[in-house]
Amino acid sequence: MERLPMERLPTERLPIERQPMARNPLARAPTTTRRPAPFPLATAVRAVAAWAVALLLFFPIAWLGLTAFKTELQAVAVPPQWLFTPTLENFHEVQARSDYLLYARNSVVTSVLSTVLGLLLAAPAAYAMAFFRGRWTRDILMWMLSTKMMPAVGALVPIYVLAQKSQLLDTQAALIIVFALSNLPIMVWMLYSHFRDIPPEILEAARMDGATLWQEVRLVLLPLGMGGLASTGLLCLVLSWNEAFWSLNLSAAKAGTLATLIASYSSPEGLFWAKLSAASLMAIAPIVVFGWFSQKQLVQGLTFGAVK
Amino acid sequence: MNRSIPRLLLAPAVGTLFLWMIVPLGMTIYFSLVRYNLMQPDQTGFAGLENFSFFVTDPSFGTAVVNTLLLLGSVIAITVPIGVALALLINEPFPGRGIVRVLLISPFFVMPTVNALLWKNMMMNPIYGVLAQVWTCFGAQPVDWLTDHPLFSVIVMVAWQWLPFATLIFMTALQGMDREQLEAARMDGATYLQQVRFLYLPHLGRSVAVVVMIELIFLLGVFAEIYTTTAGGPGDASTNVTFLIFKQALLNFDAGVASAGALFAVLLANIVAVFLIRMVGKNLDR
Amino acid sequence: MPRFLRAQRPRPTTSVAALLAAMSTVAGLTGLAGAAQAQAQAPTELVIATVNNGHMIEMQKLSKHFEEANPDIKLKWVTLEEGVLRQRVTTDIATKGGQFDVMTIGLYEAPIWGRKGWLQELKTDAAYDVDDLLPTVRSGVSVDGKLFAAPFYAESSMLMYRKDLADKAGVKVDDHPTWTQVKDLAAKIHDPKHGVYGICLRGKPGWGDNMAFITTLVNTFGGQWFDMQWKPQLESKPWKDATAFYVDLLKQYGPPGSASNSFNEILALTNAGKCGMWVDATIAASFVSDPRQSQVAAQMAFAQAPTMNTPKGANWLWSWNLAIPAGSRKVAAAQKFITWSTSKDYIQLVAKTQGWAKVPTGTRRSTYANPEFQKAARFAAAEKAAIDSASPNDATLPKSPYVGVQFAAIPEFQAIGIAVGQQLSAALAGRTTVDAALKAGQTTAERELTKAGYYRK
Repeated sequence: MERLPMERLPTERLPIERQPMARNPLARAPTTTRRPAPFPLATAVRAVAAWAVALLLFFPIAWLGLTAFKTELQAVAVPPQWLFTPTLENFHEVQARSDYLLYARNSVVTSVLSTVLGLLLAAPAAYAMAFFRGRWTRDILMWMLSTKMMPAVGALVPIYVLAQKSQLLDTQAALIIVFALSNLPIMVWMLYSHFRDIPPEILEAARMDGATLWQEVRLVLLPLGMGGLASTGLLCLVLSWNEAFWSLNLSAAKAGTLATLIASYSSPEGLFWAKLSAASLMAIAPIVVFGWFSQKQLVQGLTFGAVK
Repeated sequence: MNRSIPRLLLAPAVGTLFLWMIVPLGMTIYFSLVRYNLMQPDQTGFAGLENFSFFVTDPSFGTAVVNTLLLLGSVIAITVPIGVALALLINEPFPGRGIVRVLLISPFFVMPTVNALLWKNMMMNPIYGVLAQVWTCFGAQPVDWLTDHPLFSVIVMVAWQWLPFATLIFMTALQGMDREQLEAARMDGATYLQQVRFLYLPHLGRSVAVVVMIELIFLLGVFAEIYTTTAGGPGDASTNVTFLIFKQALLNFDAGVASAGALFAVLLANIVAVFLIRMVGKNLDR
Repeated sequence: MPRFLRAQRPRPTTSVAALLAAMSTVAGLTGLAGAAQAQAQAPTELVIATVNNGHMIEMQKLSKHFEEANPDIKLKWVTLEEGVLRQRVTTDIATKGGQFDVMTIGLYEAPIWGRKGWLQELKTDAAYDVDDLLPTVRSGVSVDGKLFAAPFYAESSMLMYRKDLADKAGVKVDDHPTWTQVKDLAAKIHDPKHGVYGICLRGKPGWGDNMAFITTLVNTFGGQWFDMQWKPQLESKPWKDATAFYVDLLKQYGPPGSASNSFNEILALTNAGKCGMWVDATIAASFVSDPRQSQVAAQMAFAQAPTMNTPKGANWLWSWNLAIPAGSRKVAAAQKFITWSTSKDYIQLVAKTQGWAKVPTGTRRSTYANPEFQKAARFAAAEKAAIDSASPNDATLPKSPYVGVQFAAIPEFQAIGIAVGQQLSAALAGRTTVDAALKAGQTTAERELTKAGYYRK
């Protein structure tokens, strides 16, 4: 649907170098402002406040990391111990007790493949809804959201029985499908929002130049929407990685993910803090590291507000 | 080029999506109308609204609904404003900004179960928790968080986990702001507060809407945190609708009642969504 | 033979080629045969679902001994937390999923599933010596005398107390104390200013958490969950007395945070010397008397669980057992494994590799009769006495229609148990009165039983 003239924004009439980032694949993300340097005091106050809040919010994770290197007794000491000799015994125990690599591999495979599957399904749908808006678009979007609102505990038995009948219990395939299914509404929403930021005129222009649908997608849409696809993909990856409920219920010996590894450490009778911390560290480390490295991509990609 | 060709080509994608969602929903509706208890395989047959009435007449039902709404409302009320504030705080450069950003978004990557155990045992335990030590340092009696303020404790845990998500979305929205407009405003002598009110906040309208909608979806289904820490108690002070389904139905292996509960949760979610859309929805279409 | 070779005049290379071809054919055939043979001898894979307590983890580590002795069986382990394990295996067995070949089930599931015909009957030979199993445990896993699950580890509950504090207060705790005596002692040794609390008891809501303990308390006060017509008895006098006693005792002499304390939290407190007394699982005795874990190891002493109006049901009985789902196609291999892991030889193996203090206890008379074990475990005699006195078939003073000491072995019990547990936890936290909590519990129990068809109001 054409955008009405009044919806065209002043920024679109700016030369391409000065247009907001999302529509201009050539723009660099502004890293510094070009205005005169602010008061040093303001920056200092800002820095102190920001560091304080960040450290406060990060503290529980840091504590988890510390506990992973303590013995069980030190982990529950009163008052909590800050200084102690670190030990690697918990990590050894985790490695000896369970096959970390199997779980890690399953986590990686299921997260990545479910993300890919989700993107493959969500992107065309989001494209259709963003550029070919119909009367029903808004309603479909709302309805998709509402199906996601069904709590997993309620749908457990039907899905379990379905998986069992299709011989998919304890397979990676079952997890991939369920993860993709769970995250699909979110992905459609986010991609829809991103695609809405892309001015249809660019696509029109490409079509006018004689591009086929496939060329239009590959040469124009993908470059412009890459940030959105990447950030949506990353979100789905994190959500799948952390998904414990379905992993626990649909897997047995072969398809367990790192989330199930954690579940095996909370023992009913016996201390397990330090071991659980070590196992948790080993389970969240990959995704945290990945998240840290790709957060720049996320920052560049999640520009919802580029259109004013 | 004909518009309808792309539309036709895209129909399969939308169609698959449709199918993908309708199958579990359909099965849930079916199971909610029959008697299906794993432990009693001989009890079958159409149950009509029996499952629904059993679920709804549970003495904890009303409290569960209230708790769900409280949890939802509180977490959104905490994460959105603080998220905006944090995003504004780190919007300008200062030494170590990259690291601060990374530290701020880390809690989102932690698994909910680990999150719950972490808070329950390391932070909130009134005897050997870190918070207890801090309280004692100030000479006060340590607070027994999980016993005396169960819902509040759960809210804190969930908010801690979702704050990074909100901050991230707002942070990136701010990054994409039009620098020219900001320059112009500054040169016109607008104070920081004025800038916030007239430039930053309106710009964040769409992001707030998205954050609220996504949190709505996830927060209605909060389960792991409650299961691992308070087990819905004491009493039903921290039971939400999802935990009620678990307690009522899953523990009994009664798939019929569980499905009825799930449908009810969807109904509740839709009602809440309608209200929220009224509040923030206009921003979604901008 | 390759066509291009056939077409040409026979050359010396042809014979080489022919030789090579012949060799490769033979190799191929042998390979195929080998594969076929390997196929026929492919190891049977057993998927074992188990809980993550110390003894099971131990068994996992020692399973390589079993695999060496039985090269045709390969073991795959799935370790889960108790609640999740129960969920998974029950769903699996009820839907005949076949995901697990050996299941670890508790004393709660064994009678229910045994009666439903969901479990394979276990056959034992003379070497296994099934009569060596402690009678109360054996009765809990058998239906009509037939063994449906093999007990791997069993426990009861007992009183653990700090002898030094009792001596300082001038009190001698005898082997079979009463709750009145315990309350008096708690009052004497309660000293929060110095970080010592009179008594620590479970409070976290759960049918296996706080309700396990409270049920035994109700039993010993002379109560029961349901009468012979399955009417819930939560508002009867024994229930009121027992729960009021519990709430008072903990409120006055218990540590803060009791309403969310379960085994692990109290273990941490006891090891740090903060609990003057603790009534809980017998396995705790091994932890609190282990100097590597406990700061007060040498000062801990043990007695039977306190009683009030009757000794029946005052201490609980729980066991983790290995069972085979009915209709399994790997019965022979599974049986072999179960027989190995619950045999006397296994216990000897653990003793040899880890020491007698770490053997799985509670299952066999021979373990307790062994002098090395008695030496390594100070609490052995008390533990055996506790297990012997806890009979699931005779745990309540008035006759009951259900089996189980600290639970009722009916499928609806989990939901009832957690609901009542939540209410009592709230009463402990001061958010509601004991009477209101019991009333709410009674309503829930009636609802559940009516729905399940046991009881018509």
